[in-house]
Amino acid sequence: MNASPTVLVHAKGLRKEYGSGEGLVRALDAVDLDINRGEAVAVIGPSGCGKSTLLHLIGGLDRPSAGVLSVAGQRVDELSERALAHLRRDEIGFVFQAFHLMDELTAQENVELPALLAGCTPSEARARATALLEEVDLADRARHLPSMLSGGQRQRVAIARALANDPEIVLADEPTGNLDSASAFEVLGLLEGLHAKGLTLVIVTHDERIATTADRLISMRDGAFVDETRLTGGSRGNLSTFAEWERLS
Amino acid sequence: MQQEVVLAMLAKEPSHGYELRARLARALGPVAEGINEAQMYVTLTRLEKGGFVARLDAPTQRSDRKVYCLTPAGQERVTEWMSDVSWPRPDLAEFHMKLIAAAQGALADPVSLIDAQRRDLLRRLREVGRAVMEEEKDSNAALLLEGIVLRLQADLRWLQACEIAWTKRSTPQ
Repeated sequence: MNASPTVLVHAKGLRKEYGSGEGLVRALDAVDLDINRGEAVAVIGPSGCGKSTLLHLIGGLDRPSAGVLSVAGQRVDELSERALAHLRRDEIGFVFQAFHLMDELTAQENVELPALLAGCTPSEARARATALLEEVDLADRARHLPSMLSGGQRQRVAIARALANDPEIVLADEPTGNLDSASAFEVLGLLEGLHAKGLTLVIVTHDERIATTADRLISMRDGAFVDETRLTGGSRGNLSTFAEWERLS
Repeated sequence: MQQEVVLAMLAKEPSHGYELRARLARALGPVAEGINEAQMYVTLTRLEKGGFVARLDAPTQRSDRKVYCLTPAGQERVTEWMSDVSWPRPDLAEFHMKLIAAAQGALADPVSLIDAQRRDLLRRLREVGRAVMEEEKDSNAALLLEGIVLRLQADLRWLQACEIAWTKRSTPQ
C-alpha cells in the first residue's frame, strides 16, 4: 500500500468537509502529504486553517470526506471503526494543548492506562510507566495527581502516556500552548530528545518558534498547504550577522 | 552596533583589547562569533585617533597589551550614547520596494520572493531558537538571543501580511 516502507504517513487528495449546501466548510481541501519514518514535521498556520483537522485525520480521531490516507501501512479511510481504534491505540500517541490527563488518577496511573487498555498485564504496564516517567524526568512525581503538578510536568506526563504503547508516531496539537516559556522549553527539549532517538513527530502550532524545531515545516491557509520549508541540511547561517559594527561617525 | 559600545565598556576600568573582546564575547554569546580581536584593535586605534581613548601604558609595550582608558571626550560620548534613543531599524522599506519593483517591472513573482524570504527567516529562527536553548538560563547572551527571536517573529508576521496582500493582487478577481 505504501510506496516505500520509509513512508509512515501517506495522504493523497485528502479532504474534510463539514456541513452541507450553503453551510459547507472545506476544512481540508485536497491535501497531499508524505511523512517519513523518523521525521519531525511541523504544520503551521492561523487558527481555522485546517491544521488540527489534518492532525485528527492522521490520528484516526476523525474520518476523511474523500481522498487516500494511510498510516503505518493501514488505509485509515477504509478501516472499520474497530480496526481504527486499534490503530489509534497501538501506533499513535497524542499530545494535546490541554494535557487531557485523568484528574483522579496519579501520574503513574495515567501512563499505565493505555498499556492496560491494550491488554498488558498490570505488572507490565507498571514497569513500562515507571520507565517512561523516568525518561521524562518525573520518576519522583509518579504518585502525584495532575492537580499537584505544574503545567510543564503535566505535559511531560502526557508525553509519557503518549509513548505507553510504543507508537509509530506522536501527534502533538499545540503542545506548548498552555505553558509559560520555561516549561515550553522543557517540553520542546523533551520532544526533540525523543525525535533524536528516532520517534516520528508531527507538531501542529501557530508559533514559528515551536515549528522551527522540526525538520520540515508546512504552512497552511484555508485548508490547503501554501508553502513547505526544509529546515535541516541547509548551510548554517551566522548568528554574528545580528551584531555588526557600524562606522564611527 | 555602534563603536560607542567599546567606549562604554571602558567606563568600568582601563583595559586592553583582548580583555574587552572577552567581555564582549561573554555578553553576546554566539552572536559574538563574527567580532574578532583584530576588529577590536582597529576600533580602539580609531577611537584613539578620534581622541576618545588614550594609552595608559608605556609606548614600548607589545601591541596586544596596550591598555586604554577613556578621555574626557570619550566620557562625554558615552554619556550621550547612554541617553540616545535611536533604535536599529530593520530595513523593511527595501524589501517592500523589492516586491513593488518586481511586480511593476515584471522582474519576479512577489509571492515567490516572499516565500523565499520567509524560508530564510525561518531557518534563522531555528538557529537562534536552538542557540537560546543551549544558553544557560538567565545569562546575558540568552536575553539578547530572546530579543532576536522576537524580532524574527515580528518580521515573519509582516511577511505573512505581505503574502496575503500580494496573493490577492495577483489573483484575478
